Amino acid sequence: MMRRLFYNKIFWAAAILLGLIGAGALFAPQMGLPDPQEVNLAAKLLPPSSEHLLGTDHLGRDVLSRLLYGSRVSLGSVFIILLLIVTFSTLAGSVAGFFGGVIDSAIMRTCDVFLTFPTIILAMFFIAALGTGLTNVVIAIFFTHWAWYARIVRGIVISLKNREYVLAARVAGTSRGRIVARHILPALAPQLLVLSTLDIGHMMLHVAGLSFLGLGVQPPTPEWGSMINDARQYIWTQPQLLIYPGLAIFVSVMAFNLLGDAMRDASDFSFAEVES
Amino acid sequence: MSALLSLKNVHRRYRRGGFFTRTEMLHVLRGVDLELEEGASLGLVGRSGCGKSTLGRVALGLERPDKGSVCFRGEDIAASDPASYAEFRRSVQVVFQNVQNSVNPRMTAGEIVAEPMRNFFGLSKAEAVERSRPLLEQVGLKASDADKRPTQFSGGELQRVCIARALAPKPRVVVFDEAVSSLDMLVQARVLSLIEHIRDEQGLAFLFISHDLRVVAGLCREVALMADGVIAARKSSVKELVATGHPAIGELLASLPPAAPGR
Repeated sequence: MMRRLFYNKIFWAAAILLGLIGAGALFAPQMGLPDPQEVNLAAKLLPPSSEHLLGTDHLGRDVLSRLLYGSRVSLGSVFIILLLIVTFSTLAGSVAGFFGGVIDSAIMRTCDVFLTFPTIILAMFFIAALGTGLTNVVIAIFFTHWAWYARIVRGIVISLKNREYVLAARVAGTSRGRIVARHILPALAPQLLVLSTLDIGHMMLHVAGLSFLGLGVQPPTPEWGSMINDARQYIWTQPQLLIYPGLAIFVSVMAFNLLGDAMRDASDFSFAEVES
Repeated sequence: MSALLSLKNVHRRYRRGGFFTRTEMLHVLRGVDLELEEGASLGLVGRSGCGKSTLGRVALGLERPDKGSVCFRGEDIAASDPASYAEFRRSVQVVFQNVQNSVNPRMTAGEIVAEPMRNFFGLSKAEAVERSRPLLEQVGLKASDADKRPTQFSGGELQRVCIARALAPKPRVVVFDEAVSSLDMLVQARVLSLIEHIRDEQGLAFLFISHDLRVVAGLCREVALMADGVIAARKSSVKELVATGHPAIGELLASLPPAAPGR
């Protein structure tokens, strides 16, 4: 898989792009940018200059600074969601797949229930019940997405646990815990990595979309979705205020999708085999 | 003295169907009695789907019988204490049919053969990999092959790695589950002569599961026929088994390809 990726131009293009976005997000505080939350009405809606490379918004805040700080929120929340989902779903899916029977049925029927909730509606429910905020968006996306991962992990674990090499490991006296650590997780990890990379773009769109609706990140915290919402009234006079965050969302979602596609093409397994 | 490994009235059913659908029971083993003495070489034949492999898995302790018991040196493995269970686990090893699936593609041959030695002899990984080298030589590979990965071996070589893994914990019984069926004729013959050599050298007991009467006839000193979930007959040669005239044996004979084409 690694060797095939090495010669894949799209993989490198996406990886470099994401590297730049990631570096921007990580090192935003070290870049000597103006405070993204500092309001200066005297300097509102300025064109690009050496002081404000991408100009300022309707409250005189630096757009570049808001974009970079915004990426911390967007990327950070997506990684937290993924970490939660992958940890929880690997656990639930492995238990279901490994033990089978009643436990399996119980976990899978729970998954079915969760799969019936549309993300946006459930997010609105959480926000109505718990109040607006990024945490509730994270919870909502976690609740609506974990079941997909749990099902896929279960499928992979079932296909692996009856592989002869796992049976041979049992005959060789390897304990169940060690079998999972030594034989099952290493086979599962690359597949989950590809799957989650393909899903990152999707989740970023959810976070940005809910923030655009005013349900997620609250002002004045910079976030791409809420920046677009802020700039709505200037769509005819200052379209760049919408274009910059829109472009940021577009480019990063596309980069993640291309990266995921390249990784899927390079890997030697097919999801059709495990999704049963 | 009790037999090394014995199955007593073993039943095994599989449930088919899920939570909401109608469940259906497949009664695969219907009271199997089988004894394997120290040093025995028993061939187990039967047409595909008759429960041979299930019997193998139950004998290996990979599946629990629904009824009946599997005993190692007279002691039921389901009720034995951890020390004697560990002794059973070490003493009964297996070689599977599907060679490519029998080894973890992410491990080297040395690590594959080392796994049982790490578990049973408490060796470190490095020590166990070193001790895998003479074992690989014993099965006709090179000591340096320990550093190669499964994709770098041919099917026959990989089956030798699996045999080395089965021999690594110094077992008393090895179950060969269709162990040569996925190999071509020439490689089959070589692997069989290796198995024969190891048996004579180490006095191992064999349970050789196969649907190929010729392989069993060449290798085993005893043959058991499985049909409809029970042991239908047990004889000391394939010839005597054929003489019983059981319908299942006729099918097995009919499935054999002619020794020389077009004769």
